[in-house]
Parts: sequence; structure tokens; C-alpha cells
Amino acid sequence: MSEYTERLLTSPSRKNQSDRLRLVWLIIIPLIAILFQVYVPRFVSFLSYLELPLLITVHFALGRRGPIASVFYGMSIGLVQDSLSHQPIGMFGIVKTLVGYFAASVSQRFDVENPIVTFILSFFFYFFHQFFYWVLARALLGEAMIFDPQQTLLFGLLNAAVALPLFHILDKLKVAA
Amino acid sequence: MDFFLSRYRNLTVLLIVIVAQLLLIAYQVKSNKDVPLIRVWAVTAVTPVEQGLELVRRYTWGFVEDYFVLLGVRSQNEKLQHENGQLKIENHYLKSELSTADRAQALSVFQAHSPSKTVAARVIGNGTGANSKVVFVDRGSTSGIESGMAVVTPDGIVGKVVDAYPMASLVMLVTDPTFAAGVISQKNRVRGTLKGLGQTKCLVDYAQNEEKVDEGEWFYTSGDDRIFPRGFPVGQVTSVHNGKTFKEIYLTPSGMQGGVEEVLIMLQGEHLQIPDSESATPGYKILPAPTESAGEVPQPTGQSSVLTTDADRLREQYKQSGEAQHRGFGEGFVAPDFTKIQGIRASTPAATNPPPPSGTQPSRDRQEAQPKPGSAAAADAPAKASVPSTASAPAPPKPKPRPTAPILVTDPTDADPDAVPPPAPKTEKPAKPPGSGVPPSRPPSGNQ
Repeated sequence: MSEYTERLLTSPSRKNQSDRLRLVWLIIIPLIAILFQVYVPRFVSFLSYLELPLLITVHFALGRRGPIASVFYGMSIGLVQDSLSHQPIGMFGIVKTLVGYFAASVSQRFDVENPIVTFILSFFFYFFHQFFYWVLARALLGEAMIFDPQQTLLFGLLNAAVALPLFHILDKLKVAA
Repeated sequence: MDFFLSRYRNLTVLLIVIVAQLLLIAYQVKSNKDVPLIRVWAVTAVTPVEQGLELVRRYTWGFVEDYFVLLGVRSQNEKLQHENGQLKIENHYLKSELSTADRAQALSVFQAHSPSKTVAARVIGNGTGANSKVVFVDRGSTSGIESGMAVVTPDGIVGKVVDAYPMASLVMLVTDPTFAAGVISQKNRVRGTLKGLGQTKCLVDYAQNEEKVDEGEWFYTSGDDRIFPRGFPVGQVTSVHNGKTFKEIYLTPSGMQGGVEEVLIMLQGEHLQIPDSESATPGYKILPAPTESAGEVPQPTGQSSVLTTDADRLREQYKQSGEAQHRGFGEGFVAPDFTKIQGIRASTPAATNPPPPSGTQPSRDRQEAQPKPGSAAAADAPAKASVPSTASAPAPPKPKPRPTAPILVTDPTDADPDAVPPPAPKTEKPAKPPGSGVPPSRPPSGNQ
């Protein structure tokens, strides 16, 4: 990076512009993920297993490495998901809040740039997300949900597989922003 | 406390957020209420984008999809057209089969009820010839078919056998120009000769211009040709004109309407009665005679079981009364005293019309008024003679009696006994004969 470039980036106006751009991305990307979840499975039903909002939350938490921001980020995404569902608001919010917190905590101890670590973490948080949601639904709402561990594990693998290229794209966007 | 919060700040925030959401859920579950604000925000934020995506998808992906769908439309259309053609053929075949079954059933019913001895045959082909109207049928001399036999259907005559081969016969249709048969009109009994014209219509020739034939009138076989028995329907008149010498009467043969497929060949014909004009139309359904209930018309004792109509019962009743008084029923002019019939109120015969002297010749009017023996009006004639006259002795007011004698019900309004007036004292004008409500039937003519 040249001296001119460093000067440009450290200048207050450029820094503010970059922050605004990142903020827009932080809003738009989860919105796209939620739209994908509510819109695409109408036509491609097998894509309904993809939990993109969760992956976005994990990616944010792993990249930010700030637990509090990740908590609120995960909570926000979860609450929007709850709003578009037919269940009490807060179910996805709680789960994604915990995921954001734990992902942010883990990112301080592991090298999250490693794809294998990213794959394992994505798989683990998907499983945790589904399991904890099942626990909450049974405990708080009394719903007789069925938890299929094998199916959850399989979908966890698939989500982890999708997470690798998705995180790569998001990293590129972050750098561009 | 500050130390705790600063050291466990992240955990504290997490707990606060979790607890807040738990409370939110608890509130919703407990109060069964929703948090509309968050939902409205989320839906408002998401749905416009979703609508836009749907719009884009419809005009891009939908277009591409339609394109690929339309690629197969041509082959699918050809396939459907082929299938449609096959179904049409099948439908036509089934309709034809159904029509054949109906015709066969009508033919068998006609064959069973006709007094003539017939053989059913099926048309198997047309004869050659430019103007000739002949067909081959699948019955020949081995079935007893001979030349000159009549060929009919339940709707009318079709033609006659001109050649009989062992296994088939040649039938000349009524539309053949060389065909001829004796016919007679239904209404006015106008006789003529049916001739084919080589077309769908036929001509009735040799009917005088002075004779009356109406359009729509039916012609029947007269039996004069010794081929067709009398009384078979021939056709309905479509047009009538006066010609130079004879009338030009054109009719449509009824036996060939809808084509000729199955026919009956008459091995032995029986003459039939030409129906009256009221019931002349073939296919006109006449209901059977109504069954008598015991409460409607009183049944006189000793009534024959074969009598079915009110007029017959009434006549039988008066006849028995006449025989009991040793006076012939319908003979002479001295009527028996029918007031002695049980059930009829004895009226005062003070002003009965005197019978004319037996030696005098009754006038023509009186002859017409005098009922013929055996007619329904004959039963009423003596009753008319016993009706008192108001001009000579007005009857004292009496309570309205109920007629208990059998009443010939000819009008629905007469069915109510209360509506029938008692034999009121007004005989200046002749009483209405009981059979006057019946449409006048054609007098029996000798030309039948």
C-alpha cells in the first residue's frame, strides 16, 4: 500500500464513507439472505435447507470478533426472521443471539480464516441453531417439533459446504467496501 | 458491581438481550397477542423487494420458461389433433351404433304389433343406375321373399321388392321414378297414385282438381295396388297445386326419413284402418283409458264388465230400464219412463213433449235431432222428453237437488256434481245433448 493510499484511507472523509458503505452492506446482505430464504424455495424447493441468515450471522461474528455487536446483529436478523414467520417473535432472535455471541467468542481463540475451521464452525453452529431452536420451541411454546439428528447433521454439512464460498464472496465484498 | 459489569460486559449484554427476548416471547404467549410493530416493519421492508423480484422473474424467467414450453406445443398440438380425430371417429361410430340399435328396436316392436307377417332385412347396398332408386337387402328367396312384396318401416312404406335372389333382394324405393302405389288421403279420402320422382319428394297423381287436399295432410296406402296393404302411412303433403287436369300433390315419404337402414318385408299383408285425423299423426302418443275409482262415478248394479266408458254405462242403464218397461231401446218414438231408473229423481212429467204420431214422417231436423241407435245421444233423448216446461207450469221452488244419476263427464268443470245444474224447468230450447262436449267424430263413411 503506497503512502498516498494510506493517507487517503486514514483521512476522515474517506473513512466515514467506507463505514457508511459497510453499514449498507451489513443491512442489505442479511436482507438478501432472508429474501432468499422466503422466496427461492418457492421455485427450488430443495434449497429450503439453506439457512443463509444463520451463515450471515456466523460470518459477521467471526469477522467482527466483537461479541456485543454480534449479539445485536444476530438478534436483529433473528427478529426479522421471526417477523416473517407465524410464531412468537424472539425464537430465532434468541437462537441467533447465542450463535452470534458464541461465534464471536470462538473467533477470538481460533484462526477463522482457515477454511477447515470455517467449515467446522459453520457445521457446528448450524447444528446448535437447529437443536436450540427445537429446545426453545418445546420448552417455551410447547410445540411437538420433531428433531431428526441425522437430517440435521446432513443439512449441517451442506450448509457448511455452502458457507465456504459464501464467506469468501462476503470477504471480497468487505474488502471492496 | 462496576468491576463485575466491566469484566463480564459481554456476558451481561448477552443475558440482558436473551432475557428481553424471553420476556417478549412470554408476553406474546401469555397474552396471546402479537407484536405488530416489528412484524409490520419486517414485512414492509421485505415484501416490496419480494414483489419486485417476482415481477422480474415473471418477465424474465417466465418468458424463458414459456419459450421452452412453447417448443413442445407444436408436437403436442399435432398429437392432440390426431387424438381428437380418433375420438371424433369413435364418437361417430358409437352414435351410429346407438341409432342402429334404436331403429332395430323400433322395427322389432312394429313387427311384433303388426298383424302382417313380415321379415326384417337390412339394406346392404345400392343398385346401379343413374336415376334409379333401388337398394339391395340381405334377405332373398330363401327367406320367403318374392317379387312384388311390400317393404315398409314403422314410419311408412319404403318400396317394393322387384327382384328376389336367393340371398338378397332388390327393392325399388318409393322415390324411384318408375314406382307407383295407390294412396288415399287421411282427411278427405282423396285417392291417387303415388309416383316417385327420383328425388326426395314424391308426387300423388290422378287426384282431381276439385278434391280437397291440405298441406300437412297425411296420405296412406289405399290397398288398391294389391301390393301395399291398406292403412300404412305414406307421407305428409308438403305442397298442393291445381294442375291442368289433376292436382299436383307433393309429399315427403315418411318411411325414408333419416335414411333406410333396416326394413320389414311383408310376406303376408293385412289391411289396416286408416286412422282418423285427430289421431293420425304417427308417433302421437295416446294415454290409456283412465282407471275408474269407485267414488267418482256410481256403478250401476249388473253392469257388464266390458263397458269402459261413461256413455256405455249410461246407455246400458237406460237400455235395461227400457227392457223392464217392455219398450225397445232406440226404437220408435215412445220413450220409456226413464225416471224410474234408480238414482234419478222422479220429475213431474206434467209438461212432457208429446211424442209425434207414429204414422207421421218426422222432418229432417227432427231426424237429425233423433239420435241414432247406439249413439251416446240416444241415451239422452228420453231424458230430454221428460224435462218439464217452464212455459206451461213453472216449477215451485225446491231445494237444489243433487243429481245422482250417472253423468257423462265431458268437461272438467262437469266433474263437480255441484257445478251441474239440476234439471231446471227451461225446455223451450232443446237441452244440450250430453255428448255435445265431445268433439264431433267423423261419421262412419263407407269409403273406408
